[in-house]
Amino acid sequence: MATRTVTIASSVGLHARPAALFVEAASASGLDVEIAKPGEDPVDATSILGVMALGARHGEEVVLTAEGDGADETLDSLVELLSRDLDAE
Amino acid sequence: MAESETRSETPSETRHGIGVSPGTAYGPVVQVAPPVRPPADETAVDDQEAALADVRAAFESVAVSLEERATRVDDTAQQILKATALIARDKGLVKAAAKELAAGHGRAHSIENAVETYAAQFEALGGYFAERVADLRDVGSRAVAAVLGVPAPGVPSFTEPSVIVAEDLAPAETATLDRRLVVGIITEAGGRTSHTAILAAQMGIPAVVQLAGATEIAPGTPVALDGDTGEVTIDPDMELVTAQRERAARRAEALSHLSGAGRTSDGAEIALLANIGGVEDAVAAGAQDLEGVGLFRTEFVYLSATKAPTVEEQTEIYRGVFAPFEGRRVVVRTLDAGADKPLKFADLGPEENPALGRRGLRLSAERPDLLDAQLEALAIAARETGADVRVMAPMVATAEEAAWFARRVRENGLPKAGVMIEVPGAALRAHDVLGEVDFGSLGTNDLAQYTMAADRMQGALSDLLDPWQPGVLDVVGLACEGAARAGRPIGVCGESAGDPLLALVLVGLGVSSLSMAPSKVPVVRLALSLHSVAECQDLAAAARGARTAIDALTAVREAARTELTDLL
Repeated sequence: MATRTVTIASSVGLHARPAALFVEAASASGLDVEIAKPGEDPVDATSILGVMALGARHGEEVVLTAEGDGADETLDSLVELLSRDLDAE
Repeated sequence: MAESETRSETPSETRHGIGVSPGTAYGPVVQVAPPVRPPADETAVDDQEAALADVRAAFESVAVSLEERATRVDDTAQQILKATALIARDKGLVKAAAKELAAGHGRAHSIENAVETYAAQFEALGGYFAERVADLRDVGSRAVAAVLGVPAPGVPSFTEPSVIVAEDLAPAETATLDRRLVVGIITEAGGRTSHTAILAAQMGIPAVVQLAGATEIAPGTPVALDGDTGEVTIDPDMELVTAQRERAARRAEALSHLSGAGRTSDGAEIALLANIGGVEDAVAAGAQDLEGVGLFRTEFVYLSATKAPTVEEQTEIYRGVFAPFEGRRVVVRTLDAGADKPLKFADLGPEENPALGRRGLRLSAERPDLLDAQLEALAIAARETGADVRVMAPMVATAEEAAWFARRVRENGLPKAGVMIEVPGAALRAHDVLGEVDFGSLGTNDLAQYTMAADRMQGALSDLLDPWQPGVLDVVGLACEGAARAGRPIGVCGESAGDPLLALVLVGLGVSSLSMAPSKVPVVRLALSLHSVAECQDLAAAARGARTAIDALTAVREAARTELTDLL
């Protein structure tokens, strides 16, 4: 199982457009991807409601995990996505 | 008087709401279907698997129709619709609905309960997250309609240019309206700074909100609306439509020649400022021709939160509000909550008379930790953004309270402290109260409530709450005299500042800044430019010399320059 920790760069936190882009990317990978706040229960990264309900704000860390072929590559691209201020683009 | 008689003499009927997006419109009414609720007598399902398939299909059909609409609209609307479609396709929503079905609920109730589970989580998160609840509930209501086989809520399809009428419009609904077919918008709910108001203004669609009985107007009835004055005429004759259109054109022409700082005809500077309630308002107001913010209500930072927001969380929000106003003033009102707007993390218990209870600064006195955290966050955001931030306290009654607040503001490194003047006792002793601080701001809505002993929430008492009441004008006048003797500036940040005639009276009484809904700024700027300070003083004397509120308004309307009154 691959794991990454990343800090949310989006100025509005992980919601609205940033959350939608993240969920679309996670879904497109076809893998079981989960996202969690450190020490909390993970949620399905392909569920927009689950991801938004995390309430991850700007500057907070989240932990991503994935299983299966290409898990490392998938997580790397998701980490890259969350490290940008998606709302400003 | 028999109703039929009245009808035959005046076939049309004029009502007043609040104009939030300028311009006039005339067209038949299209009523937006209200949200669909599950039937009260819905029975539990026999075949859970079949029911779950129905629920899944309902959500899928909502997603498909949202995506289909997304192909027909512009970029901004497209993003909103696609994100909403993503919610409709959420696996979590179907799973939650499956649990509800298993617990014995019917199809529609299971959908609604599943949606509400997530809605509650978002509301608890507060801030940006809570704003998504409207979209989520919209998805839920559409899915309920689909599973029940009834028409979807929202704007029905229509082909003739029309006036859209609704209880309130969901953000996605407003953003996706077809500008070519929607000539005007009327809502029964909503406010000056609601989503509908902001988006309608951005799209240039004339709009009126808070029109009583709007949803009861029969579809197809022709209506005329004026998005400046808030006037709506049902079944108008063509003469009125033409007159309204001409007046609006004259007004737009007159307003187009003026810009920049507020000034009387003899050059006295009167700051024209905006009332705002959040980051979106700030961004919208920041782009407009006005001198800053005269009232930033900070309640939204707290009201939906379950625990006290941290300094960091608050700083982030305040940064967003101040950023559009670099080099301009932003007057921040500190937390104004308490009995009638209770906070989950600072509930002092129920009170017999919430309006007279431990609210505003009185709550801050009991919980100074909340005030200090807010002031600290405001100071950090002010330094980072370069906005001219000034802080004022609500519900101040005495000079001691004003001094206590000013000390805390300065200890937190903020340069300017002020107080709201909304308690009559503080207005009468403005000289002493304002002597402790740098400025005062008259909250005319609450000042009228307390002066006339009439509850603002009590619609039947609205005549007593009229800001033209001579008693209220006297209290405002005395507060201005006290401020002048103390050598402190005093402004107004209530609804009355946005009424062009009343604004002249307020200037005549000695007010040096006017804070209002941003859409009102141009007409107030025009009113000021047509009158000298001496003329404003004459108008103020005429208003205070009247015996009743109606006489005061009539006297000022007659004495003001016709170049202004012809446009109103």
